[in-house]
Amino acid sequence: MQSTKEKNSTAFRDGIRDGIPIALGYLAVSFSLGIAAKNAGLSVFQSFIVSALCNASAGEYAGITLIAAKAAYIEIAIMTFIANARYMLMTCALSQRISPDTSLIHRMIMGFYTTDELFAISISRPGYANPFYMYGAVAVAAPGWAFGTALGAIAGSILPLRLVSALSVALYGMFLAVIIPPARKNKIIAGIIIFCFAASYAAASLPIFSGISEGTKTIILTVVISTAAAVLFPRNIEEV
Amino acid sequence: MTHNSYIYILIMAVVTFAVRALPITLIRRQIKSRFLQSFLFYVPYVTLSVMTFPAILNATQSPISGALALLAGIIAAWFGASLFKVAVSCCAVVLIVEFILPFI
Repeated sequence: MQSTKEKNSTAFRDGIRDGIPIALGYLAVSFSLGIAAKNAGLSVFQSFIVSALCNASAGEYAGITLIAAKAAYIEIAIMTFIANARYMLMTCALSQRISPDTSLIHRMIMGFYTTDELFAISISRPGYANPFYMYGAVAVAAPGWAFGTALGAIAGSILPLRLVSALSVALYGMFLAVIIPPARKNKIIAGIIIFCFAASYAAASLPIFSGISEGTKTIILTVVISTAAAVLFPRNIEEV
Repeated sequence: MTHNSYIYILIMAVVTFAVRALPITLIRRQIKSRFLQSFLFYVPYVTLSVMTFPAILNATQSPISGALALLAGIIAAWFGASLFKVAVSCCAVVLIVEFILPFI
């Protein structure tokens, strides 16, 4: 019988091992986020702290595009909320998977680092999710994310234009890696993605929408399409 | 009205943390509303789709390379490539296409 302390240190080491491929992915993706941050007028240090404090690809990207557009503070708050709304679902799910006597501080740290990938590996293990397993993965993945962003902001202005152009699509690649695999298994999700592409294209090209900012368009499209989808295709609770 | 970058960053950090920390610290029971569950389930797919297209076409030097990167990313992700591989495939396509494009 292992003591709790031994169990936690084993979990931490397992976390480090499983966090290494995530860290590599983060390094590539956050690099393009750093380029976007630099283009939005943020300094290298500011780019670094955005990633260190937020740990959210789509949420950060949405925020950075609004910073670039010099949006109102309320607009950035709403957009950050919308772009990160999925984490509410994840931390709700995580709240069901941790031991009920998990302390408040552990809950807060686990919440802080709930990204798509760290959430996925944390709940993939049998039994209660051990905070120390997640912390092991965080110990390698979080620096990869923050330093990758800083490197992108530094190198974005040094690298040749052609290379920057290529690296800037890494972020979209990560978005696709999140949305496409479930679309293969679920026709409703596939249909919604196609509809979203069309609606987003229409919103970007039709003159009647030209007065609305990029971020506001994303908020409106997200709320309208997700509401319609929830009404038309309600999920069975057990499926989530 | 002038805006301070640090205030922007602070707002992003506070909102992001609140979204994640509130459910895990406050909610100890399963969400009951089927509508809310469904809405939250669809949100990530909708937000990410809307942010990807047509934005990817303008992220590169030529819309053609952006479109081909999108196609490559969809194919790679469809066949189960890891996050890292999908991201690298998209980058590689842009690099190759933009190298060839001037000669066509």
